[in-house]
Amino acid sequence: MATELTFDAIRLPPECVALRKEVRAFIAKEIDAGTFDPHGGTDAYSEEFSRKIGAKGWIGMTWPKKYGGHERSFLERFVVTEEFRVANAPVRLHFTADRQSGPVIIRYGSERIKNDILPRICKGEVCFAIGMSEPNSGSDLFAAKTKATKTNGGWLINGTKIWTSNAHQAHYLIGLFRTSPATKENRRHGLTQFVVDMKTPGITINPVYQMTGQHDFNEVVFQDAFMPDDCVVGEIDGAWKQATSELAYERSGPERFLETFYVLTQLVEVLGDKPDTRGAEGIGRLVAQVHALRRMSVSVAGMLHAGKEPVVQAAIVKDLGTIWEQKLPHKARDLAAFVAPESANHATFEERLTYATMIAPKLTIQGGTTEILRGIIARGLGLR
Amino acid sequence: MHTKNGQGMHMDSANLVAEAATRILRDVADPQTVNRAANDAWKAPAWAALEEAGLTLAWVPEGLGGAGAELDDGFAVLREAGRVAAAVPLAETLLAGWLLAQAGIASPKGAMTCGPTRDGEKLTLAGNGTLSGALRSVPFASGAEHLAVLARREGGGAAVALVEASQARITEGTGIGGDPLNAVSFSGARPSAVKDAPAGLDGQALLLMGATARAMQMAGALEAVLDLSVAYANERVAFERAIAKFQAVQHNLARLAGEVAVAIAAAGSAADALAHAGAFDEAVFLEAAAAKIRVGEAAGEGAAIAHQVLGAIGFTQEHILHRFTRRLWAWRDDFGNESFWAVKLGNMVAAKGADGLWPMLAAR
Repeated sequence: MATELTFDAIRLPPECVALRKEVRAFIAKEIDAGTFDPHGGTDAYSEEFSRKIGAKGWIGMTWPKKYGGHERSFLERFVVTEEFRVANAPVRLHFTADRQSGPVIIRYGSERIKNDILPRICKGEVCFAIGMSEPNSGSDLFAAKTKATKTNGGWLINGTKIWTSNAHQAHYLIGLFRTSPATKENRRHGLTQFVVDMKTPGITINPVYQMTGQHDFNEVVFQDAFMPDDCVVGEIDGAWKQATSELAYERSGPERFLETFYVLTQLVEVLGDKPDTRGAEGIGRLVAQVHALRRMSVSVAGMLHAGKEPVVQAAIVKDLGTIWEQKLPHKARDLAAFVAPESANHATFEERLTYATMIAPKLTIQGGTTEILRGIIARGLGLR
Repeated sequence: MHTKNGQGMHMDSANLVAEAATRILRDVADPQTVNRAANDAWKAPAWAALEEAGLTLAWVPEGLGGAGAELDDGFAVLREAGRVAAAVPLAETLLAGWLLAQAGIASPKGAMTCGPTRDGEKLTLAGNGTLSGALRSVPFASGAEHLAVLARREGGGAAVALVEASQARITEGTGIGGDPLNAVSFSGARPSAVKDAPAGLDGQALLLMGATARAMQMAGALEAVLDLSVAYANERVAFERAIAKFQAVQHNLARLAGEVAVAIAAAGSAADALAHAGAFDEAVFLEAAAAKIRVGEAAGEGAAIAHQVLGAIGFTQEHILHRFTRRLWAWRDDFGNESFWAVKLGNMVAAKGADGLWPMLAAR
């Protein structure tokens, strides 16, 4: 087991240090120009901004050049991801495509799809959604019922996906559809991944508003929506074989504990340059915890870079990251309890804290719930 | 401090040294054997074997009587020592040798310890070269042949001194780990050697080194605790199945694995930072302080989960679990506990201001 828990102490190489400088300079310029508010609150979906990032070469960084990628390292991508995340930059348009949809297509997609879509992702023009959950199957992906039925030259899709983030803005969706019934021997059998063009007739998108009032989730209804054969991603009936490596990318990134990092910086600001012992200890523990998380995440990026599939380590980073980030607004609230309301930035702090408190419950949902992750870790430990 | 470039080579050498340490430690300090032993007779041959292999003075250059290993080699050895909950002053002697070497003082043979290990404790070197002052809790002072201490010269400036244990008043005491933890006082003691401390080597630097050493020991002990907890859950049958099959137990062990993983990552990162730093700068402070805080938290959480999984058998003298959990609790306290470092780190972050936080975290 000990070998499973390897976390080498990676030092980011010089090209990452140089790149970070470059990204920071770009971000600072954009903030000065009023493109977005680093304290959050701006719409995270921006066509203009994503195209600028694409032009910089910061989308599809690790992908082959022949598909518009830049053949740079995972560690360089890591630096770009964390700098944009911490700055609250509006990257929603391209982020899912860059993190997971693109890599899945590169690995399993048809050549036509690769040539058609990947270069446009790299330019920052394409938004992807992920169509996995259904009204009666969430964490239990393999219970999916939305059906793909073979027809002349393609497939007809019928059924409903739900909790689909970005669907109302997405150009494409990678969907998990049932092409055969599950077998007795393998309940995971019978599902196939497709790249779905969202302009396809027969697709209806209904908003599902979140408790914050925001619109991110959607219900996506398919009624005889036609998918050409070359939209199949990977093996028919064999999607389950393709899922695991994808998850290591999805779970271990810095976005898994930096989504509400502004709570910590705002807390430091509101407690001032000479906090009392309680405030200092509280900040110190939070900083130590997030530092440790980040070092783990860097280490996993290094393992991905080296061609490994650190599935258990990635699940651990997501589990610890989620728990930490879910507790963060509550700890910040405790630590700021005695701050004078008239002190500097108190109003901003309260506003950001309110928002972070409200979104904290969803952090477990994205990228695998805490229960699912602990099941994966337990399997890695040899317990099941 | 050692400075060094190039990642490939040092990792190999750290692995080699750690492998040698593992072999010896398993052989001479196997936790089962030690736990069953009727007395401490195993300790002398165990120490002799460690000394013979050069592990006790790994951080001392050959010219000063040591093995001349790199810092990360020694830290890797400490993780292995933690894996067997070694009840010998290996970390203490390593640190003492390192401290002496910083000032160019040769290390004697035999067990040593070092100080001060807590903030605010001060020793003074008088103009006539004698040493005075009191240290409240020094691990393994009882049984050490020499002490390596950092002291303030009456005329100003810091110095490193090597003192024979017979020159100190050492009060018997045992810490929560079951190992010696002693009050030590000097009153006009005559050191065997005194030299000026190099620039940058102050009380906090020694605490940072000690904190990282303890973090590595705790990471190793936590790994062992995970292994034995998983093995027990797979063997122990209740309600007609192995308790490992119960989801509640699985999730507890998954949480334990998370704490072990974060301990390995944080301690390893701090050790790596120290091994490649040129000075006790801000980056080293962040790494070592954060490691001691987070690994200390993991020690508390991890020990609690392991005891939960093992139930009554884990609470017996007969089972080896206590050899690990008691030392995890003890090592949390040495060289600054979580709260101590958190206040220091929090104050540093506050003084830099909110805008300085992310650049500091992302520096590595």
